[in-house]
Amino acid sequence: MSVLVEKADLSLKYTGHYNEVKDLLFEGSSHVLNAQRNKAFQDFVMQGIPTRKNENYKYTNLQPQFLPEYKFIHQREEVEADLNEVFRCDVPQLNTHLTLLINGWYYQKNKEAELPEGVILGSLEEIANTNPELIEKYYAQIAKTEEDPLVALNTAFAKDGYFLYVPKNVTIEKPLQLINLLQSNKDTFATQRNLIVVESGASLQLLLCNHTLDLNTYLSNSVTEIFVGENAHFDYYTLQNEHNKATSLNSVFIQQERDSTATTHTSSLHGGLIRNNLKFILNGENAESNMYGMSFIDKKQHVDNFTQVIHAQPHCQSNQLYKNVLNDQSTGAFAGRIHVMRDAQKTNAFQRNNNLLLTDAATMQTKPQLIIDADDVKCSHGATVGQIDEEALFYLRARGIGEDKARLMMMNAFAHEVVQEIKIEALRERIDDLVDKRLKGEVARCHECAYNCEC
Amino acid sequence: MLIIKDLYVSVEGMEILKGINLKVKPGEIHAIMGPNGSGKSTLANVLAGKEEYEVTSGEVTYTGEDLLEMSPEDRAREGLFLSFQYPVEIPGVPMVNFLKTSINEQRKYRGQEELTAGEFLKYMREKMELVDMHTKLTNRSVNEGFSGGEKKKNEIFQMALLEPKLAILDETDSGLDIDALKTVARGVNTLRSPENATIVVTHYQRLLDYIIPDYVHVLYQGKIVKSAGKELALELEEKGYDWIKKEMAV
Ligand SMILES: Nc1ncnc2c1ncn2[C@@H]1O[C@H](COP(=O)(O)OP(=O)(O)O)[C@@H](O)[C@H]1O
Ligand SMILES: [Mg+2]
Repeated sequence: MSVLVEKADLSLKYTGHYNEVKDLLFEGSSHVLNAQRNKAFQDFVMQGIPTRKNENYKYTNLQPQFLPEYKFIHQREEVEADLNEVFRCDVPQLNTHLTLLINGWYYQKNKEAELPEGVILGSLEEIANTNPELIEKYYAQIAKTEEDPLVALNTAFAKDGYFLYVPKNVTIEKPLQLINLLQSNKDTFATQRNLIVVESGASLQLLLCNHTLDLNTYLSNSVTEIFVGENAHFDYYTLQNEHNKATSLNSVFIQQERDSTATTHTSSLHGGLIRNNLKFILNGENAESNMYGMSFIDKKQHVDNFTQVIHAQPHCQSNQLYKNVLNDQSTGAFAGRIHVMRDAQKTNAFQRNNNLLLTDAATMQTKPQLIIDADDVKCSHGATVGQIDEEALFYLRARGIGEDKARLMMMNAFAHEVVQEIKIEALRERIDDLVDKRLKGEVARCHECAYNCEC
Repeated sequence: MLIIKDLYVSVEGMEILKGINLKVKPGEIHAIMGPNGSGKSTLANVLAGKEEYEVTSGEVTYTGEDLLEMSPEDRAREGLFLSFQYPVEIPGVPMVNFLKTSINEQRKYRGQEELTAGEFLKYMREKMELVDMHTKLTNRSVNEGFSGGEKKKNEIFQMALLEPKLAILDETDSGLDIDALKTVARGVNTLRSPENATIVVTHYQRLLDYIIPDYVHVLYQGKIVKSAGKELALELEEKGYDWIKKEMAV
């Protein structure tokens, strides 16, 4: 009974909040964003904050994460990013353009990145106001508010994030880097809305780093819609490195046209609760999608990767490889849904999820789901949950390698398959190093953020 | 160097070794022969420190120390080497990385400078030549996709790199053609010195044409039932193990 009341209260809290701040949300926003708000909010009210009863959130109960009294940021705040802090970060030493977002908002003092002609990278709020025609066609087209409560809530609250536009046949040689910082003086709820349009024949690599800069409790709910045009190439790397009091909810939607290739690569190194929703829509023939993910979690951390691949057209290929290393009492989940539609003949769809449990207390849930409506397709999926191979461990020790080191080698070996899919060499080396540190129990920080506390 | 006294070993509650006694001195080569299932690999694994084998009584002294008290890695660092009957594949651990770590962990233990990447590669190449090891194998993960014979060769390659005091070769000859067999023998014979000893576990006498043992022991049903000089191997070859079994039954 009391649980029910609390649940109702929690949804009411967000409903009340929306009505209270509605004017702020509409104020200063483009009609493109505002046009979606009320419907999005209705869709959120209908679905509520997800509990385990929601089939798609079976392994992650988000209710407790929505409970704290958060500060919301519905209007741009004047903030100073401590750039010294950030530039001490090792990742920016990569050969990358560097752009910051703070609590979901595009940082106004970002240096203008040197980008090829015609490429636009900037604040979604700003560009939606100045050039709504660039955004209108895409906004809220593949992130459907009626299909997911987090998307609905994001769309209701959305004001800013980044917008990236790469025109036809333009190649961006240097990988772009975006850093999402959570930085506040209070427990904070961050909303971030992003849009990426890669036109036909264009090509780029994007690296996203999510960090917390202080020890406040955070909930970040981001939605990213990505459109990859004909024969375009897009690589999307994410490095998640937040502290134990951070909840990171990320929904990424990618629609691909014919002959395009899109790859996502997600490294979850640290975080209290991480939920990654990833949906690929293969909307043109001969497109290729790759999804790689790895996580290293301990204490009471929780990581849940939820993928959906919609094969809507023939002759496409999708590959998924997710690996998790779970220590202490951490919990993990992977659910991967592949839907091959009736016309999608000659589809190749592969999925694999391997998990390494380092303790008896750690648990992993893994659930593949294939829905196949075409007859000439090749699909496979496989999942394993296991411990370190004791035979292999003994082999290493019998050659004089100490037990701890031998375990570390085995864990690195386990992750290696995913690490090696990182095509940016400097990033691969960096992540390799971070993974090694993480597995050694050292603080694998990219900058001086303070998650090495016992929180 | 190695003294085994009245060693009893069980696996999963089943007694497998039933009172083994063996003395190995520096410079010696001992062959342990015996039919399948008699406990040869059990003995080899117990000496290397495999935990699932429970020593119920007896003692083992190695270079004056209680071997059974030592961790597997310390046994290796003290110069004990087991060439596994079934070497395990370890995908994701590159051979070169594994070998370098192994050597440097051992060097560190002995208070020696670790080898740099350059020094290691040079040393590795030398040893590759000795046992005819191909780069197509050293470029892979440990034993990954190796054929049976390549796995055995890899064991000998590691032995050559680590230069152990006491090497125990568990059926390193099985599944090898005559050339590979000669390579294995060359590896062992090159290592041979007045300070080092080798225990060759085999159930064919074939290998013993190339590695001449000082002693031959027959292990049968968990006991050493016969020990003699190298001529015992020939006798076994001629008469087969049935001869031992019959003799035991009497
Ligand atoms: N890990 C194990 N678990 C259960 N039984 C074992 C194990 N290892 C060996 N044995 C048993 O012990 C006996 C001796 O095996 P082993 O030492 O491998 O013999 P050998 O090497 O002489 O062929 C066999 O009956 C075998 O089945
Ligand atoms: Mg055997």
